[in-house]
Amino acid sequence: MKSLRKLFWISEKEQAGWAAVLMNMLFVVILWIMLFWISLNAIQVRLDFSFLGQFRLRIWNGFLTTLGLSLSSLLSSLVIGMLCAAGQGSSLLVIRYFCSIYVKFIRGTPLIMQIYLFFYIVGTAWGVENRFAAGVIILSIFEGAYVAEIIRGSLLSIEGSQLEAARAVGFTRRQAWRYVVLPQMAARTLPPLTGQFASIIKDSSLLSMIAVIELTQTMREISAVNFRLFECYLFLGVLYLCLTLPVSLISERLERKFHYEN
Amino acid sequence: MKIEFQNLSKQFEDGKPVLKPTDFSDDVHALAIIGPSGGGKSTLLRIIGGLTAPTTGVLHVDGEVVDAKEASLLRYRRKLGFVFQQGGLFRHMNAMANIAVPLEQVHGYSHEEACGLAMELLARFGLKDDWKKKPAELSGGQQQRVAIARAVAAKPKLLLLDEPTSALDPEYTTEVLDIIHELKNEGLDFIIVTHEMGFARHACDKAAFLCEGTLMEYGESGQIFAQPKTEKLRRFLGKLLEWNM
Repeated sequence: MKSLRKLFWISEKEQAGWAAVLMNMLFVVILWIMLFWISLNAIQVRLDFSFLGQFRLRIWNGFLTTLGLSLSSLLSSLVIGMLCAAGQGSSLLVIRYFCSIYVKFIRGTPLIMQIYLFFYIVGTAWGVENRFAAGVIILSIFEGAYVAEIIRGSLLSIEGSQLEAARAVGFTRRQAWRYVVLPQMAARTLPPLTGQFASIIKDSSLLSMIAVIELTQTMREISAVNFRLFECYLFLGVLYLCLTLPVSLISERLERKFHYEN
Repeated sequence: MKIEFQNLSKQFEDGKPVLKPTDFSDDVHALAIIGPSGGGKSTLLRIIGGLTAPTTGVLHVDGEVVDAKEASLLRYRRKLGFVFQQGGLFRHMNAMANIAVPLEQVHGYSHEEACGLAMELLARFGLKDDWKKKPAELSGGQQQRVAIARAVAAKPKLLLLDEPTSALDPEYTTEVLDIIHELKNEGLDFIIVTHEMGFARHACDKAAFLCEGTLMEYGESGQIFAQPKTEKLRRFLGKLLEWNM
């Protein structure tokens, strides 16, 4: 009886055993599938995924485009984020205000509005014709504001006592950054930054609005041809999960690894 | 070590004086700075340690002026050891790295030399088995022992301790004070800001009473404790002894 109880219940201090994890996970997955199945039955839809093989090359290309968009945006948003976080601490007021207005504007408006604004007004005016490049620029500017806040937050969270100790042991400014500030910032920045990468992957789907042929746009186009709307979007979800789940797992790992902070 | 200053003072940015103009000149071997909280003790210690610039006055150490320029302050700080009340260890480094990295990067030791010396000091302070632990995994007393090991590793000319036991439980306080006493017996000069009156009285040869930003009394510590001259010190000591056994 006790061991059966252990398969379903857990106290605060305990960690779940692998059997309990596996069984409960399976149970939850079955529950979800049943929920979908009942709902689909209710609207009398029969799922048929057989068409996927026929479009596999296009789907694969879309998948790679999404991955490329996300990785390029991650890298450039990191650069924007770092510059912006540094700019917000600048003693030159113009730079400081420029950065903080940028962060507030981007975080305060929806991505879809920014996509239209940048692509049709700014992009056209500056001659950005390539949709992939435009997508990367828009997504980087959008995510850069969030990355800036992550970096700024972790910089602010470094205690004065650590900098004081760095001075007391005789570190130069550069050494204090190299041996104290940056390693501690990396520890605090990496887990949320990985989480942000998952957001970038999902947000890139909105670039389908300006016809960047990434994963979502590919599936939209396929569903427009064969009207297999449910299958297309269900499979789209699975593909996004293939990208975001590993990223979330890495983020959780990093969080545990750097747990010494607390 | 000869420490001298004239007209030394410190004001915060809001204009509030923390340390009123103070003069001092003496050879320092084991000096305790005592006094009520907010009296300017830590500020004075930080000025002597080259961590805070005074608002007015000049500080001479061993006959040399301590320049306020960052480059010369850096050189000066490298000759000293500093122990903070708490949080002075680098949180992301283990005990060994906390000692070895400054030795390597600041004092030019090779990696092997630095690690060897760090290990030697950790063993000496009873932390041989804890070298791999990060500060958060060590008790408060252990953390302060590592901090002292780091401060003395590069053989400083003067050790400065800012309330090193204030955040500790009584049993850890003793182990930290024992170490400082031991280092004193080996000839290391130190200045300690402390509320441990027994230590100030018996382990330090001089004591300075700082109150309301003024150096009110200075002299042999036996004398200071046995025959306080000012009413403020009498009252301060009286308060501390109120609950003593």
